[in-house]
Parts: sequence; structure tokens; C-alpha cells
Amino acid sequence: MKLLKIIPDKTTVPFTKYRWHALALTAISFVVAIALLVKPGLNLGVDFRGGITIEVEDTAPVDLGQVRGAIGALNLGSYKVQEFGAPNIIVVIVDPANIVNAQGGAGEEAGSEADEALQAASTQVQDALRQTLGEDITFRNRSVVGPTVSGELVNRGVMAVVFATGLMLVYIWIRFQWQWGVGAVMGVVHDSIITVGIYALLQLEFNLATIAAILTVIGYSVNDTVVFYDRIRENLQKYKKMPLAELIDLSLNETLTRTIVTGGTTLITLLALVFFGGEVLRGFAIMITLGIIIGTYSSLFVASPFLLLTGVKRDAGAGAQAAAQTP
Amino acid sequence: MLQFRPWQLFLILGVVVLGAIFAAPNIVSKEKLATLPGFVPKTHINLGLDLQGGSYLRLGVDTEKVITDRLTSIRQEIQRAMRPSGNRERIVLEGQPSLNAEGVITVRVRDAADVEEAAKRVRDITRGGVLAATARPYTVSVNGERIQVEMTPEAKRTYATEALGDSIEVVRRRIDPSGTKEVSIQPQGVDRIIVQVPGDNDPEALKQLINRTGQLSFHRADLSVNPAEAEAGLLPPNRMLVPMAASEGGGAMVLYEEAEVTGDMVEQASAGLNSDGAGFQINFTFDSRGARRFSDYTRENVGEIFAIVLDNEIISAPRIQSPITGGSGRITGNFTPEEASRIATLIRSGALPAPLTVQDQRSVGADLGADSVRAGTIALLSGFAAVIVFMVLTYGRFGVYANIALFCNIIIIAGFLSVINATLTLPGIAGIVLVIGMAVDANVLIFERIREELAAGKAPIQATELGFSKAFSAILDSNFTTFGAAFVMLMLGVGPVRGFAVTLAVGVCSSVFSAILITRLLAGGWLLKKRPASINL
Repeated sequence: MKLLKIIPDKTTVPFTKYRWHALALTAISFVVAIALLVKPGLNLGVDFRGGITIEVEDTAPVDLGQVRGAIGALNLGSYKVQEFGAPNIIVVIVDPANIVNAQGGAGEEAGSEADEALQAASTQVQDALRQTLGEDITFRNRSVVGPTVSGELVNRGVMAVVFATGLMLVYIWIRFQWQWGVGAVMGVVHDSIITVGIYALLQLEFNLATIAAILTVIGYSVNDTVVFYDRIRENLQKYKKMPLAELIDLSLNETLTRTIVTGGTTLITLLALVFFGGEVLRGFAIMITLGIIIGTYSSLFVASPFLLLTGVKRDAGAGAQAAAQTP
Repeated sequence: MLQFRPWQLFLILGVVVLGAIFAAPNIVSKEKLATLPGFVPKTHINLGLDLQGGSYLRLGVDTEKVITDRLTSIRQEIQRAMRPSGNRERIVLEGQPSLNAEGVITVRVRDAADVEEAAKRVRDITRGGVLAATARPYTVSVNGERIQVEMTPEAKRTYATEALGDSIEVVRRRIDPSGTKEVSIQPQGVDRIIVQVPGDNDPEALKQLINRTGQLSFHRADLSVNPAEAEAGLLPPNRMLVPMAASEGGGAMVLYEEAEVTGDMVEQASAGLNSDGAGFQINFTFDSRGARRFSDYTRENVGEIFAIVLDNEIISAPRIQSPITGGSGRITGNFTPEEASRIATLIRSGALPAPLTVQDQRSVGADLGADSVRAGTIALLSGFAAVIVFMVLTYGRFGVYANIALFCNIIIIAGFLSVINATLTLPGIAGIVLVIGMAVDANVLIFERIREELAAGKAPIQATELGFSKAFSAILDSNFTTFGAAFVMLMLGVGPVRGFAVTLAVGVCSSVFSAILITRLLAGGWLLKKRPASINL
């Protein structure tokens, strides 16, 4: 059987030659991503924003205008009514700002009163939906997240990303040298900012699952980076005199098939999730799919060429040598 | 390198077989499982609420209020202790003892000569309590004519912990009185409760059962005071103005503050048809103490009105027709069957030590859950199939070995998740699908290495050996970083993130095991047996 050749033997892509182009591209996407975060900003989901999200299925297509009228009449503040996947399924989102602000004050007392007010509002919304659409509707999904919880979730989410990044920095620092750790973290920062920027651009709902998506992308991207670093370290031992840029290019090309095959199998499964995984997982799966591509790009064009910037100790510390020699 | 010692072989196969044994209960129905003998493993993977449908509530317990209630009652006791009784003389205070926002009770004694005796009485009252054996729950300090009482931090913690435990018990009795449902009610942190009720249910009904304190008491009514005047501020001492339930026609009534009988003396309560009128009623039975008190009270007050108060609302205000001595009674009113049964449940389950607030509520319909399971399964199977085809096309025979390893990997993951009785959520399925894609990475690294070694002119067996050993450091480092990300999600994540992290972490570990050992076993076995001159890779 003739096996699939992903790329021809002796491929030599001059990755490091493009490092300035890559840097420019990275800089531009950073600026764009940050601009997008300012306006239109992230479309925060119910987890982080707090509030009410109710998904309803009716037996017949739903008249959105009628539902909007009914929810608007409750005077709960800003709200959205949208179709969700099918004409007989809608999702009602009520922003909690008005309900929460109506409680006034701050502190724990006001928080728990706002939690209660929100629960009462969700009962009102459900009653209104039953009145408008009839008793035969089914509530597919109901989330009512009070301000106490949403604040906490934001903290935890940010902490998770920061902590994961720190952990990787330390691990790579120990296994390689600090320059490599910084390079890998540059890649992580690149991936996180661009991923979040895409969320703002596409106005995808940013929720708890998004944090999981970002962490997965970070994990995958560092995974790639480490494979490259491992090969660069090995080649540093092998070719003592080769210029660093040439050596990095050689290492990236040597591992290129692996990069493409692993990226390929991961993307295949992710696409299966995107197309067959259902409405609930779609946003999450799309995000990881884009993230894997971004992560691979950052490993090739950001994290690895970054070593040229910081330089590496060729007669590396004993620790790094010992690590490179362990099978 | 390619050769395995018998015990190594045994270990590798053992892990796979154990994985299969522990994963097996998942494909056997629950009824069938119950009939099997005891040594058969029965733990299986649970479906999360998002897959089987159900409700999740996070409740906040107001532990501050428990402590404030406690301090308020201590303050009242101190006040009473200064009154004359038996051979004790009155101690005159400067105003009433006060309780400030920081939880400090201040008692001012008018006559400096009385301070010592007053402090002794205060100490007598504040001794004991929950921490009696080990430490004093309160600190009492004397400063001139002023005595200050403060609760110690340990006592506060103990009261808070007790309140949390008691709340969980009460919530359990309300949601699952028969103890038959698969309801999970767990504490989280120091002042939160997580309630998870699987299956199709109405979270609104759950909330109605939980968000009432359930404080029941019987009071003597004071009809000499007009409610309207009382509202205007003309309330005599030791009286309170309590609103009437809508079913009782609304309005309000003035009652004596002191309760004749309280809800904790009620033993049993149930809803029933009103024996002489429309609607439903609640029948209840007192314990012996309550029965005695109620019988004394009704005997002395025939013809008077008394009020039954539930959570600061009069739900019934009957006239005592004749002494009620049997220890049982009924609460009549124009109740609907739902109301009557809810009130009966509230009374039966006892009062919550502190009000509960619903902070987070998620509920998924069973339909949506079933849809998600179907979609997740299709994604899993199609992803798996695509990877298998891709690996065979790219690596031929070695790709088949990698696929066998991948299959073993899935069995090991399923087995491990079953042993720890893990809960599989939709993000968890996504984690497994992703692991399938990433699991082959270790094999890809190895195979690419072997290709390089072959290209460098090494013989098949030697090239394979070198491929495995040289790829090892990259495999270890790269998987550690993914595991690290999963670990952070597990530690810091909540809800859906944790479900995803568990499968990702388990998957990374088992994929390193199966990709390195199982593939090596298969590839090595073939090479050593056939000793081919060249391999198609």
C-alpha cells in the first residue's frame, strides 16, 4: 500500500525569515483584538453577566413579536428574544442590570436581595411565556444566575487562565531555560488575546465553556511549542556551529509532518463536534477549532522565532544538557 | 527495548482488561446489574444533569442571621436575668442592653456596686452553648460600669457550620421526604448548598419549597387592639401586628408576641380534605410537650380567637370551640390541594435555621438532554472513525497498531471514569472527542521519528527502537503541559469546565500509556517475529 505523504521529503520552509512579517501580523491583530474588546466588547453569557436565560420549545412556530411584547410588558429592563436552531424554539434573555440596580446599595445584603429579585423575575418571565404561548410549551433550558455567583465566576475564570500560564512558564523554565519559558508564554498571550478578540468580533457568547476552550487552546499550543523546543534543543547539541535561525528552521521542518498530522486528527474530531455535536456545543467546538489553528501558528511563528530575540545559551547549562540527553 | 518481560506484558494487558471490566457495567441495564453477584463491579459513569435533564440550584445560607438571632436571644436573657427572682435582687441598668452591628452586646449598670454581680449573671448565661466543653462561646469584659459580651470566632464558626448542616437536613426533608429520589444535596464552602435533582421536574416548584423558612407558631389574639391603630404605632408592649394570608381574606391582626406552642412541637402533618367545608386542610399531631401545652391553653381560653402563624403570616385564626386535648388538630382555611400539601411539608420538615437564597439556578429539560446525548455520540463515533481512517492511510500497518492502542485508550478512559463514579457532562463528551484527536499525537511523534531513522539508513528494528526512545522526552513534556491545563481547570473550574477537565486529564494520562506501551508491544511483537528487511512507513 502506498502511504500518504503529507509533505515532500526535504521540505525547507524558511519560518524564521518570516518572523518580522509574523511580528507585524501579531501586532496588528493585537491592536484589532483590543479595539474589538473595547467596542463592541464581549458578548458575555449568563454565567458572567448574571441574569435569566430561558429556552422554550413550542408545538408550533413562535411569533417572536408577540413574545417580545409580553416580556416587554413586565418592565424588567433590557431583554432579547431570539430563535434558537428551529422556528419553534426560542431563547429569552433578560439582562439583570435593572433588577439588580433596583435593589440599590452594595455589599452582601444587597447581593442576596438582588439574587431573590432575579429569581422572582424569572418566575414572572415563565408565567408570561405560558400565558402568551399556551400551557403546552416545554422549558428546555432555564438558567438564572444571580450577581453573587457571576462575580465569583469571572474571578475564577481569569484566575484559571493566569494560573495555567504561570504553571507552563515554570515547567518550561525547569525543563529548558528561562528564555524558552518566556517564548512559550509569548505564544500563550498571543493565543489568548486573539481568541478573545475573535469572540468579540463574532459576538459569540462568552461563558464558562469559553474559559475551558481558551485553556484547551493554551494547552495545545504549548504542547506544539514544546515539541519544537525539544527538537531545537536536540539539534543544538547535534549542530554546535549552525546559526540559530537556520537551526530553528531545520527543527521546525523536521517536525512539520507531525505538526500537520496531529493538527489534522485534532481538527477532524473537532469538526465532527462542530457538525454533529449539537447546538449547545457548537460555539465551544468552533472556538477550539479556530484556537488550534491560531495555536499552531503561534508555535511556528511566534514562540520558536522568539528564541532568536532572546538568544539561547549554546553551551547550555548542565541541566538542559542532561535533560536533552535523557531518552 | 522492543522486548517486554512477561510481568510487563502482564501489567499492560492487565490494565486494558481491568478497564474493560470496569467499563462493562455501563452497557448493562440497571435492573440486570442488581441481579449480578457482589464481586462484579457495579459503579458506572453517571450522566450529568445536562444529559439526563434535571435541576441544579445553588443556595446561599444566611449564617450571619443565625448568629444575630443567637445574640438577640442572649441579649433578652441578660435583660431578664437583671430582674428580681427568688433570692436574687434587681440590678438596675442604664437603659436596655444594646446589640450593635459588630455583634457586641453592651450592658450598662447604673450602680457601680452591682457590676460584679451583674457580670456574674452575664457569665452564667453565656457559659455553655455549643462549645461548652472546650471553650467559652462568649467573651465577657468589664470596663467600669459597662459589661461587653462578644461571641468568639470559633463559636461563630460552629453556629454557622451547624446552621449549614441543619439547613441541608431540612432541604432534604422538603425535597425528598421519602428519601427515594436520586437527589444530591451537598454543602459547598461554609455557607452554600448545592441541590441537584435529576429528571424532568419543575424548578419553580423546588424553589417554592426551599425559599420559605417554615417557622410555625400558635399565638393568642388581642382583639382589643384595632389593627389600623396598631399600624399607626399604637401597639401595646409584647404585642405584634401580623398580616393575614390572602386565603384568610387579607388584612392584619394583633397577636401576643409570646407563642403558646411552636412548630418544633409538631410531630406529624399531612394535607387532607376539609372535613366540614370547602377546600383542603392540614391535619397535625403534637408531641407530648406540645399536646400538654395546647390542651392547657385551649382549656383556659374557650371562646377566644387564636392565630396560627407561618412565616410571619396568619394562615388560620379559628375560635376555640372546646378544649382540644387529643394532641392533634387541624388548620382549616380555604387552601388549594397544592397549598395544603406544601404547608404540610413545611411544617413536617421543620424550620430552616436561616433563610436560603437561590443564587444560581440551571435546569435542563429531559428532551434537550436526550438530544445532547445523541449528538455527542454521533460526534464521538464519527470523529473516531475519521481518525482511524486517517491513521491507516498515513502510517499503514503502524497506523493499525496506533488505532488498536486508541481503542484500548477509550476503554481505559471509560473504565477509569466508571471506577471513580464520575459524572459525564456534555463538555465531558467534548473532552473525550478532543482526546481521541490528540491521543494519536504520541504515536505520530514516534512514527515520524522512526521514519527519520529509516531515512538515515537504520534497519527497521533499530529504527523503531530509536524512534520510541528519542520521541519520549517530547511526548512527556508536551503531554505534561496539556495535563497541566486540565489540572488547572479541575482546580479552579466550576460546573461544565470541571466535567471537561476530568475527561481531558484522564484522557491525557491514559493516551500516553496506550500510545507508548500498547503500540510498542504490537509493533515490537511483529518486528521481532517477522524480522522484515524493510517496513512501509
